Amino acid sequence: MFSDFMLTHAWLIPLLPALAFLWIGFFTRLHKKRSAAIAITMSSLSFLLACGVTWAVLSGPITMETPFVQKTLWFEIGSVRIFMGSLVDPLTAMMLMVVTMVSLLVQIYSVGYMAHDPGAGRFFAFLSLFAASMLGLVIAVNFAQLYVFWELVGLCSYLLIGFYYDKVSAREAAKKAFITTRIGDFGLLLGILLLQITFGTLDFQELKVLVPAYIWISGTSFMTIVGLLLFIGPIGKSGQFPLHVWLPDAMEGPTPVSALIHAATMVVAGVYLVGRAYFIFSALPVVMNVIAWLGGFTAFFAATIALTQRPIKRILAYSTISQLGYMMLALGVGSLTASMFHLMTHAFFKALLFLCAGAVIEAMQDEADIFKMGGLRKKMPVTFAAMTIGVLAISGLPPFAGFFSKDEILGAAAAVSTPLYLLGTLTAFLTAFYMARLLFVTFFGEASPGCPATETNAFMRWPLIVLAVLSCVSGLWGHFAGFGEWVYFGAAEETGIDWVIAGTSTVLSLVAIGLAYEIYVAKRWSAYEISQRFGVLYTLSFNKYYIDEFYTLLRRTFCDGLGRILYWIDLHVIDGIVNGLARLVGVLSTIFTFLQNGQVQRYVAVFYGGVIVLVAYSLFYAYKVLTLLGGAF
Amino acid sequence: MISFVEMMHLALHVGLPHFLLLSAVLFAIGLFGLFTKKGIIAVLMCIELMLNAVNINFIAFNHYMPATDLSGQLMALFSIAVAAAEVAIGLALAFRIYHDHHTVNVDDLNHLKG
Amino acid sequence: MGFPLLSVVFLAPLAAALFLCFLSRDARDVIRKTAAGAMTLTLLLTIYAYVSYDTAMGGMQFTESIPWITDLGVSYSLGVDGISLPMLFLTEVIGLAAVFSSWNIDKRPKEFFILLLVLIAGVSGTFIARDLFIFLLCYEVVVIPIYIMVLIWGSTKRVTKEYAGIKLTIYLLMGSAFMLVGIVALYLQAYPQPLRTFDIEALIAASQMGSFSESFQIFTFFLLLLGFGSLLSMFPFHSWSPDGYAGAPTAVSMIHAGVLKKIGGYGLIRLGLLVLPLGAKFWAPLIAGLAMINVLYAAYIAMVQKDLKYIVGYSSVSHMGYVLLGFAALNVVSISGAVANMVAHGIMASLFFSQIGFIYEKTHLRSIPELCGLAHQMPRLTIGFMLAGLASVGLPGLIGFVPEFTIFVGSFAAYPVFAVLAISGIIFTALYILRMLAKVLFGPKSDRFDGYQDERGIEMLPLILLGIVLVGMGLFPELLMGVISSGVEPIAPLLEQIADAPTLLGGVR
Repeated sequence: MFSDFMLTHAWLIPLLPALAFLWIGFFTRLHKKRSAAIAITMSSLSFLLACGVTWAVLSGPITMETPFVQKTLWFEIGSVRIFMGSLVDPLTAMMLMVVTMVSLLVQIYSVGYMAHDPGAGRFFAFLSLFAASMLGLVIAVNFAQLYVFWELVGLCSYLLIGFYYDKVSAREAAKKAFITTRIGDFGLLLGILLLQITFGTLDFQELKVLVPAYIWISGTSFMTIVGLLLFIGPIGKSGQFPLHVWLPDAMEGPTPVSALIHAATMVVAGVYLVGRAYFIFSALPVVMNVIAWLGGFTAFFAATIALTQRPIKRILAYSTISQLGYMMLALGVGSLTASMFHLMTHAFFKALLFLCAGAVIEAMQDEADIFKMGGLRKKMPVTFAAMTIGVLAISGLPPFAGFFSKDEILGAAAAVSTPLYLLGTLTAFLTAFYMARLLFVTFFGEASPGCPATETNAFMRWPLIVLAVLSCVSGLWGHFAGFGEWVYFGAAEETGIDWVIAGTSTVLSLVAIGLAYEIYVAKRWSAYEISQRFGVLYTLSFNKYYIDEFYTLLRRTFCDGLGRILYWIDLHVIDGIVNGLARLVGVLSTIFTFLQNGQVQRYVAVFYGGVIVLVAYSLFYAYKVLTLLGGAF
Repeated sequence: MISFVEMMHLALHVGLPHFLLLSAVLFAIGLFGLFTKKGIIAVLMCIELMLNAVNINFIAFNHYMPATDLSGQLMALFSIAVAAAEVAIGLALAFRIYHDHHTVNVDDLNHLKG
Repeated sequence: MGFPLLSVVFLAPLAAALFLCFLSRDARDVIRKTAAGAMTLTLLLTIYAYVSYDTAMGGMQFTESIPWITDLGVSYSLGVDGISLPMLFLTEVIGLAAVFSSWNIDKRPKEFFILLLVLIAGVSGTFIARDLFIFLLCYEVVVIPIYIMVLIWGSTKRVTKEYAGIKLTIYLLMGSAFMLVGIVALYLQAYPQPLRTFDIEALIAASQMGSFSESFQIFTFFLLLLGFGSLLSMFPFHSWSPDGYAGAPTAVSMIHAGVLKKIGGYGLIRLGLLVLPLGAKFWAPLIAGLAMINVLYAAYIAMVQKDLKYIVGYSSVSHMGYVLLGFAALNVVSISGAVANMVAHGIMASLFFSQIGFIYEKTHLRSIPELCGLAHQMPRLTIGFMLAGLASVGLPGLIGFVPEFTIFVGSFAAYPVFAVLAISGIIFTALYILRMLAKVLFGPKSDRFDGYQDERGIEMLPLILLGIVLVGMGLFPELLMGVISSGVEPIAPLLEQIADAPTLLGGVR
């Protein structure tokens, strides 16, 4: 009974935050505390509902093959029928838990973080809408619903990244995020349209049957195109190379937003989409290869950039891109389980890291450069502890969460392709290094005199603690409770640990952390000298491989430049023809104006001349008639 | 050939051709004035002349028609009434034009020039 | 026949305009309240018609018919179906919003509102007419007030308002000249003398009986395409649109971009497709190509514009490309999408213009480099701008998404290449709309705008009115699509008949 009730009311999970958005937007926008209370209440309710749904999934007959589906018609035109509804399977349940939990914690944290911001009401409204959109995406029953909420997630990120709208940089970052992901959405939309046209439906459950049949009959060539187009969406949304440029800029938003974007919403939407449509991707070897290699490359590529960045949030942003690359890599090598497991653990430790970073930045009075911090260990012990746990988790040291999920990814990669495995392991080494660098530079060493930092307030502290606990236990829990029997594709996966792979990566991570300690704490080697030695590489990495500059150039040339040319054509060719025609008429009319010089007597003369002509003609005509009649007279 | 006496007889016996001749002369004078006069009042008067020439035609034809109906005469009356109205308007316009432009010379009144 | 609902909808603005003629020119308050009252009445009646329209039955409803000039076969006959009803609704919503947008007009308010009401009545008349004569009559009635309004209440920026007014008028009249020739040709060809009629249904019946030969259809459709196409700002007949909107006063821009333009699309479907299906099929590839050009070309140009009205003007040209694409694909889905997109674009364009009009009324600025950070002083205006902008971008949950999606679904199979290129327009649309929003609304606070007040009272009504439709029909697209599909579904057999008809490119596509 209870589980039925939960499942049939799963649609309330996104609706409650959406209601919070409306309520705050219309009524309590200007009232900070009430807005926060409403947002948090609604989030808690949907978290409870998500717990209920998860319980129902765990205890009931619902598996990946037999999800619970409930839908209602959204609109209908001819043969196109688009539904909205809720699809609940273990994957959905996991995502619901992660998203509701992280967004709830972020909202609680925001009460402290935004306490002195006059726009806090607006902030909570947007946060609620963000959560609602992501939850709507998670329970989508078809590609259309997914696309709808996909776009709404994009909108919310736009609104939240640009939250400090008086800052030009925030405004530009928001725009960049929206447009970059739009490019991905273009591909996704094309893919969805092709699916709709080919199969006449967008429903996941129906496509699950139709797509394999189609591939069996007509081969993979067409579906490969569809798959690649669909994958462009996740490239944009999940910040994969080459559309990753928006993600580092997205830190212009308030830090809780960064946490939400990077951990639970927005960026994982792309990974989730690939997971949700895995029945399409997994049947297409070419697409799988693209996903795996792109993921692997992005993981490595972003890690190399993160090595040299200075602002704390930017380092974390590149680490997110890198970790998303891991998830894609896992999907590409055929392990949905590993990818989703990493998605979950990453959500916890990345939210933790960002919220810690937010606490640090707030304590440092909006100073984001890690090299201007230092020695915060003593001043902010709780934050330091939480941050350490986060760093250890992301570095993949046992028994923290990242160890288990990263190990599974590396294991899956090793089973498919050795180069990918090596790439992944190398990335793990780099990850441990730059995260350790962040930790050591920020918290160790000597505090600069007059450093204003103090421990954070309770609203901000408790979410940190909860997330730290989750970062410790979620990996262990997932490993021992059998995450792979729960979220899988095809056959349930054994979650064993390959000790060679796990050992290698652990040792490498430890070496990396040790190296970072030697450089940044013990100062055995000067970081400056190292950077000088790798001159070109360092410059490339520090300037993010000049990709932003390259895109700006492209945009200037192909958008603004072409636009200007076309505008010139519009003004001078098309309008030129129009105005030329008008002028032609003018010229022609001047020829006739000699008849109309305004002189009354000229008019009369013309008139009289006309009369004479008419009379002459009629006389002539009468004469002709008379001659024809002959002698009648 | 007809004799001179006969010609004189025809010329002196007033008939339809006399009336037509008169009206043609009047019409020609009016037309000439219309083309050559510069004052707007004179132009109006010339138009009146032409109208009256037409009226004469109407009445003359009516008189020499074999049938007994008065439509020609009626038409002449009608035309006089219209002419009266036209003169009234014309003079009023002339007055306004003089008031606005301080001239009634039609050569200067060429604002309708295209 | 019952209550003559459509007649009241059609004549109430005219009656109000007549009443205004007798008021003193100083009674501004009475004048504008009368206009608002009349438009509210028509809007309520239209909503009643919209709600009580029987979608299950479909076809023409609320019909009225009175013979008028029997010798010519003209009758005063009105009615709405699933295609014209949304357009009528659009007209009345925008009409009322336009009245509120012009609330603070100081210069000759009496004449302004009289012309505005005549304009609205004329536009709504074209949509509810079932008789081509009435259709043309209403259309010609529309042109005159627009010309006068642009000349007297317009504004001069890049081009003078005189130029804008003349350009607008001449394009409209040229379009209507082609249209007129086409319509007369239809009239003469359909039936022999004593039976001749301007009744659209009769013409459709004649078409189905085969009165129009294929070559006649192809030729006549081309005439109609020139006429309706230039009205719909089809490339290369689009250049009146940005200049015209830029010169026109707010209310005229709203009505022009919002509804008047849509007469083109409406006419193409109602006359072009239904009466001349073979002609439509023949020219469809050309239309699709031009549609693609419309979308991209205008979007590119919009990217380099500085004047807000030019951006929205080019953006409306760009959006009309989607309508043309939907039409050209000639299937139920895409045509429904085209109709829906006309409604959607009408709402968002008029919202845009009303908000721009508000900025201009307050600051007398509408050039992007001169404006910045208005969100600090005008949060409500910001909401209006954002709603309109995001709807233009095609964001789900707002009115623009579902129509575009439907057009894409419908046209993708028919013209894959054109469709892909046109769909790429969503990126460029996002680019120029977001740039505009960013520059105008966001960024550092500028002291120059501190003295200006945000929208309040009546000034908010256009935003509220259009915003409700924008969000309501976006969240519940069935409100719009249900009615439209009841109008478009019956065309399905016709579309199937012409599926294999020859096109420009040869026998079978």
